[in-house]
Amino acid sequence: MISMFLVIGLLIVVTILLCLYRAVVGPGVFNRVAAVNVIGTKTVVLLVIMGYCFERPLFFDISLLYAMLNFIGTLVFAKYLERGELCF
Amino acid sequence: MLLIDVIVTILLGAGMFFMFIGAIGLLRFPDFYTRLHATGKCDTLGEGLIIAGLIIYHLFHYPGIPLVAVKLLILFIFIFIANPTATHTIVKAAYNKGLKPWRLGEGRR
Amino acid sequence: MEVGGGEKMNRREKAFGIVVTFSIMFLFWLLLSGFFDAFHLIIGGICSAIVALISHDLLVRGKGEKMVLKSFRLLLYIPWELWQIVLANFDVAYRVLHPKMPIDPLVIEFETSLRGDFALVTLANSITLTPGTITIFVEPEKGKFWVHALAKEHANAHLVDKTMQRKVADVFMEW
Repeated sequence: MISMFLVIGLLIVVTILLCLYRAVVGPGVFNRVAAVNVIGTKTVVLLVIMGYCFERPLFFDISLLYAMLNFIGTLVFAKYLERGELCF
Repeated sequence: MLLIDVIVTILLGAGMFFMFIGAIGLLRFPDFYTRLHATGKCDTLGEGLIIAGLIIYHLFHYPGIPLVAVKLLILFIFIFIANPTATHTIVKAAYNKGLKPWRLGEGRR
Repeated sequence: MEVGGGEKMNRREKAFGIVVTFSIMFLFWLLLSGFFDAFHLIIGGICSAIVALISHDLLVRGKGEKMVLKSFRLLLYIPWELWQIVLANFDVAYRVLHPKMPIDPLVIEFETSLRGDFALVTLANSITLTPGTITIFVEPEKGKFWVHALAKEHANAHLVDKTMQRKVADVFMEW
């Protein structure tokens, strides 16, 4: 079972590398923001799988926190791109 | 034990398939809005399936600490609410800034 | 800068907001920490009380009619929605993997009969989660939705069939 988790983790790393192409090339800033959001969501799942591989229950707290940080970061970025400023 | 292993493997495999579809859609589609269609949905479902598989694995291999399964359930619900909202916010910002959608027959952008 | 709509809350709504916020915060503390001895419970109670006193008007607004019935109907609506998500994701997978990529995007707009905050958010989330459509803009006064659709079938499911709007209106009883 643990070896299957390692294989799944490796496949997730491959998908992250595929998304990096869009983050580098993507014409304009919106494509890049979308790609970074996707990479952040995939990192959350990668952290949970690593928590099971190394048998450390602390990784789940870190993944919950990072999911919230990624969400709020994307919202703040979109608000800044739309208005040109953060506060009103 | 063997039946649980088979169920967990099927769920993890299906989740992995959908995440690949999300990444390939990000590369193949011709426009910003269509790319977000691929990632905002297939990504969320793929992650949901992987986390559901891990919850079942945890409940049968570590029955002494059920609170970790509750933590993973909170993560599942949070991803299902947060990912579509972030997608919608980015699409709204791009639309208000004037990015035009792609019609059939144009070149790639 | 005004927060919370600017209207004055009387003492009953304030007490209700404080109690609900305190119970939700304390429940999350218990679920996420895992320790149930006296020291951690007391510290959890103090932290939840401080958070509830400072920001009780962000989470709960007023009493809300028939909240229990609406929550129960929401729990019944979620399995149908999950089944629709799984079914339609196979459709998007087919469109991604097909060598010709048969997509034909268009932007549509339609009106619904929903007016409340929670109902509009539920419908917008459901529209974004079922593949084929993404919510672009929501107008709360008239219940208008601007939606970007991936193909004509997905657009017709919202303009002609209107299945999802009827189901959400059934949950929140806002025909």
